[in-house]
Amino acid sequence: MKRVELIGISKSYDKQSNVISNINVTIEPGEFFVLVGPSGCGKSTMLRMIAGLEDITDGVLKIGDIEVNDLPPSKRDLSMVFQNYALYPHLSVEENIQFGLHVKKVDKKERAKRTTEVAEMLGLTDYLKRKPRELSGGQRQRVALARAIVTEAPICLMDEPLSNLDAKLRAHMRSEIRQIQRRLGITMIYVTHDQIEAMTMGDRIMILHEGSIQQIGKPIDIYNNPANPFVATFIGSPPMNLATGVGDKITSTIRLSDSMVIPIPLEDAHYLTEQVIVGIRPEHIKAATKVSAEKDKFVVEVSNVEILGNETIFTFILNDAPWQVKWSGQWQIEIGDKIPLMMNYASFCFFNSETKEIIKTPSDVENHVFGKEVFV
Amino acid sequence: MTAITKHRKISNWKRSSNARTALLYLLPSIILFTVFVFYPMFRTIYLSFFLTDQEGEAAIFVGLENYAYLLESDAFLNSIKATFLFVLYTVPTGIIIALILALLANEKLKGIGFFRTIYASTMGVSVAASSVVWLFLFHPSVGMFNKFLNIFNLPQIEWLLDPTWALFSVSLSTIWLNTGFSFLIILGGLQNIDEYLYESARIDGASYWYRLKRITIPMLSPTLFFIITISLINAFQTFGQIDILTKGGPSQSTNLIVYSIYREAFINYQFGTASAQAVFLFICILIVTILQFKLGEKKVHYQ
Repeated sequence: MKRVELIGISKSYDKQSNVISNINVTIEPGEFFVLVGPSGCGKSTMLRMIAGLEDITDGVLKIGDIEVNDLPPSKRDLSMVFQNYALYPHLSVEENIQFGLHVKKVDKKERAKRTTEVAEMLGLTDYLKRKPRELSGGQRQRVALARAIVTEAPICLMDEPLSNLDAKLRAHMRSEIRQIQRRLGITMIYVTHDQIEAMTMGDRIMILHEGSIQQIGKPIDIYNNPANPFVATFIGSPPMNLATGVGDKITSTIRLSDSMVIPIPLEDAHYLTEQVIVGIRPEHIKAATKVSAEKDKFVVEVSNVEILGNETIFTFILNDAPWQVKWSGQWQIEIGDKIPLMMNYASFCFFNSETKEIIKTPSDVENHVFGKEVFV
Repeated sequence: MTAITKHRKISNWKRSSNARTALLYLLPSIILFTVFVFYPMFRTIYLSFFLTDQEGEAAIFVGLENYAYLLESDAFLNSIKATFLFVLYTVPTGIIIALILALLANEKLKGIGFFRTIYASTMGVSVAASSVVWLFLFHPSVGMFNKFLNIFNLPQIEWLLDPTWALFSVSLSTIWLNTGFSFLIILGGLQNIDEYLYESARIDGASYWYRLKRITIPMLSPTLFFIITISLINAFQTFGQIDILTKGGPSQSTNLIVYSIYREAFINYQFGTASAQAVFLFICILIVTILQFKLGEKKVHYQ
């Protein structure tokens, strides 16, 4: 269980532009750390630099307080699971699992013992004699996992390990990987482009975009308090609704459109700048009722509806951009319906339109955060 | 009644429609194979049972006598021996050299494309042209090899004129000539191996030799199997180099079977015995190939 420390890490292929620039992060021992970002953001490159498969252009990488920049992958005491599993097609499952132990000259008895243990843990006992091509995608994934675990390395790196599985199996493997990591207490660095995996698996997540860190933190903190519009739209499904508003100091409002004007309380008057990016989570847009004040209501025309059984998502158009609303339950809404909505001022996020930094965080995350004392 | 048979006729015609289309597509290769492979093959087998006149027409039926004569002939037994030695000299060496070159050329280095082109370039040289070049290299007085030996004060070698050296010399030029093709095929095989397998092995700490032994060679086995088969068959059928370099000499030491067939048929006009030799060669190659498939199958890992 080792700490992994990245200090000012950069990567450049052509010595001119950085694909990864100035990454500073410390991954604690035993932590499940998720690197998430869209394709091409450099997350896999970063993982490969930690593994030692790519050179580090600039900065210092420490594993367990030792600088490892120039150490070969085998000396870094870690294991890795590849996206396409990288199983040896000519070796049986058993030989695949033992490959690393063979190389490390672990004695035969120990090898057999560890293989049996790991195979049992991952339900591979019946398949040990098979070749990888005779296994299903999920089973191959387990073999790749077994191969990483069996080396008992304190750090495990995973590069989009679930992206070749179907949705159902993926959900299952998510919790399984998480459980194994907890049981073994290994430090896990997990790369994914799937924000659901990041949210559900990570102790902490790091969001990368175009090679630089957007935000690091606990999943729920990032969800509630996104650092910039990119994070706000990347994390959460459907994404946060964003629009550029115009501040008006005379009426003390931010105008999003002709029909949608947000009144700003007196103490928050400093938000009334020329331009401000306004965001709100789809679940924070509420239905207006008969008792709600007329001035808080605004009416929208529904352009699309998705009913997912336990929740309803519908879309309306604001300033040519689709805004989505998510309500729990099954709502009988048709396309073309005009629906009165209201938004609570406390639910809004404001971002600076130039620096893209968050200036107002939503103070009202509703009663989604339970303390343990709620349950008796 | 007639209506029923007519109906049946139509349906037969219709039913065979797929087969007729297939036949149409196969026709070009059927014609080519028939003219250039099947007809000569059956004609050869037919002729091997006869003695022929000067025009190569079957004259007297002699049954298996041609074969019996061959197996007693010292010249032919010598040919067989020379051929097997030649195969032994050229095939393993050629493939090992090609494998080493391919492993080198598969490394990701700057300017490696240049070396890949150079190593594969013998593929583009014809047997005749290269043999003429080798003829100069082997020349006893002005040839480069002897000049080279001279520098180190080593005794001069009559490369193509000394019966103990001639087969070796011909093998040398053949290995050089075949390396390009084998190299290209093996390089292709190497490039097909998933890079992730090596990365995974590197994380486990496997050394270069361990990776070569446990990953590269097994993953390359289908390619190696293919190139061994092709090289074996090619070696058994070598003709051009012999014709230009030694003409089967000196004292029959490089008289490989195909060259011997040529001499028997087109110099001695003994088409009967030449055909018998050809059939014998065919059977030899067939047996070797079958053996290779039987023995090699277990060692080859197809994906």
